Amino acid sequence: MKQATQKKIAQFLGFFMLRACLYVVLAVLLLFLYDIGRKGGGAISWEFLTQAPRKGMTQGGIFPAIFGTFLVTLITAILAVPLGMCAAIYLNEYARQGRLTRLIRLSIRNLSGVPSIVYGLFGVILFVNIMRFGTSVLSAGLTLGLMTLPWTITASEEALKTVPNSYREGALALGATKWQSIRTNVLPYAVPGMLTGTVLGLARAAGETAPILFTGAAFFLPYLPKSLGDQFMALPYHLYIMATQHHQIEQVRPLAYGTALVLIVLVLGMNMTAIVIRFRLRRKR
Amino acid sequence: MSDGTTPPKIETKDLNFFYGPARALKNVSIACAGNRVTAIIGPSGCGKSTFIRTLNRMNDVIPGIRMEGTIRLDGKNIHDPDVDVVELRRRVGMVFQKPNPFPKSIFDNIAYGLRINGMRERRKLEDVVEKSLRGSALWDEVKDRLDKNAFALSGGQQQRLCIARALAVEPEVVLFDEPCSAIDPIATAKIEDLIQTLKKSYTVVIVTHNMQQAARVSDFTAFMMLGELIEFDATEKVFTNPSSKLTEDYITGRFG
Repeated sequence: MKQATQKKIAQFLGFFMLRACLYVVLAVLLLFLYDIGRKGGGAISWEFLTQAPRKGMTQGGIFPAIFGTFLVTLITAILAVPLGMCAAIYLNEYARQGRLTRLIRLSIRNLSGVPSIVYGLFGVILFVNIMRFGTSVLSAGLTLGLMTLPWTITASEEALKTVPNSYREGALALGATKWQSIRTNVLPYAVPGMLTGTVLGLARAAGETAPILFTGAAFFLPYLPKSLGDQFMALPYHLYIMATQHHQIEQVRPLAYGTALVLIVLVLGMNMTAIVIRFRLRRKR
Repeated sequence: MSDGTTPPKIETKDLNFFYGPARALKNVSIACAGNRVTAIIGPSGCGKSTFIRTLNRMNDVIPGIRMEGTIRLDGKNIHDPDVDVVELRRRVGMVFQKPNPFPKSIFDNIAYGLRINGMRERRKLEDVVEKSLRGSALWDEVKDRLDKNAFALSGGQQQRLCIARALAVEPEVVLFDEPCSAIDPIATAKIEDLIQTLKKSYTVVIVTHNMQQAARVSDFTAFMMLGELIEFDATEKVFTNPSSKLTEDYITGRFG
């Protein structure tokens, strides 16, 4: 009897602690979102979203930064999505599993942990200097693409691993070629997971500052980029400037909060897109 | 085993098989007669699944394997360079231990093998789907819901679906790798009946750990142990008057 009570108390304490941890995390997150929402909400207006900054960025909007972030994320996606997915398919389905593939996997995991400023400096050397793309939206997009690749590959491979081997064997036993078995009986079930992981990686890239700092993001531009060789404004960099580098920090603070809110909503929106894609494709099966 | 009048449909000679350094098959020579059911029995780990998977070269996909000896289908070595493994697997179908329907509709499951071979005609596909489902005695149970997901079927129905899927590509040999180990006795009885009818049109090789099943469905029985073929003879002979002491001990339940 006594032991039974003890067990119950232990269980209660255990669950209580787990729940408390969750609540603490949630509270911090909500407080953070609330603070940004409260201070930034006032800055949001149609003008703020559609106009360029004016009067030394103390007035006007952030449209060039929104546009720049979209453009650079698009270039990132064009590089990282197909390349990452195809590399994952090769690594998981075709490559002979052994010491070499283990080493490659380990390297990819390590690359996804490399600080983003390192990618930024690497991008300066490779894209800006060696390949002579200059400081441009192209260089920045490619740098972000490189940074996102390890994430895309890892997430895509995890998604491929969730497809049971019996689907592959079943197709082969019916006289399918390896490519047919992958195309018709593996990819349809792995693609939702692959896309989810990929979009999450892209969302992270969209919010990065360090990789674009030296490769193409501009402090202020009175015009939108007209070609891939132009510099661009980006939300995270714009926020960084308004928060720390501006000569009238107090005056632009509401605008900085507004920018932060837009950036968070953008990233949140991309993550929601990932969830919706997964949900849609899952149901279609 | 052949009855001497017709050449065997599929035949192995001195088959040795290695997973890395481990030897899974030792000089196994078995000849399976056409339009007959050959059962392979033996305790767990005796190599019977490895053996049956060599017959349609399903082991090819496992890294680090090595094989010696020959396997002939209609007298033709299936490892000859001019043999297309994809075509071999179409001729030698396989039903796996665990039912493995694809997460598609019943119709699409059966049509899968035809579609990957380029068949697009809806009419023809419908004919083959019906014929295959009738062939695996599943048609009456599913004819009104061919567009439903195959996962909605019971375990026994799923396995008969897999049999129908294998039959749809018109194989010559059908390999069963412990087809009833994951399903209930009533469903098992249905599949055993089915195997009996299949031998009219196909050559059947079945691996089973259930001796009664081997006795009920097969014409010839091979008994394997630790990768070696101990005895191979007509089923009646193996179960009533085995020539090896090991076989006798196994079938009378003294081990295994």
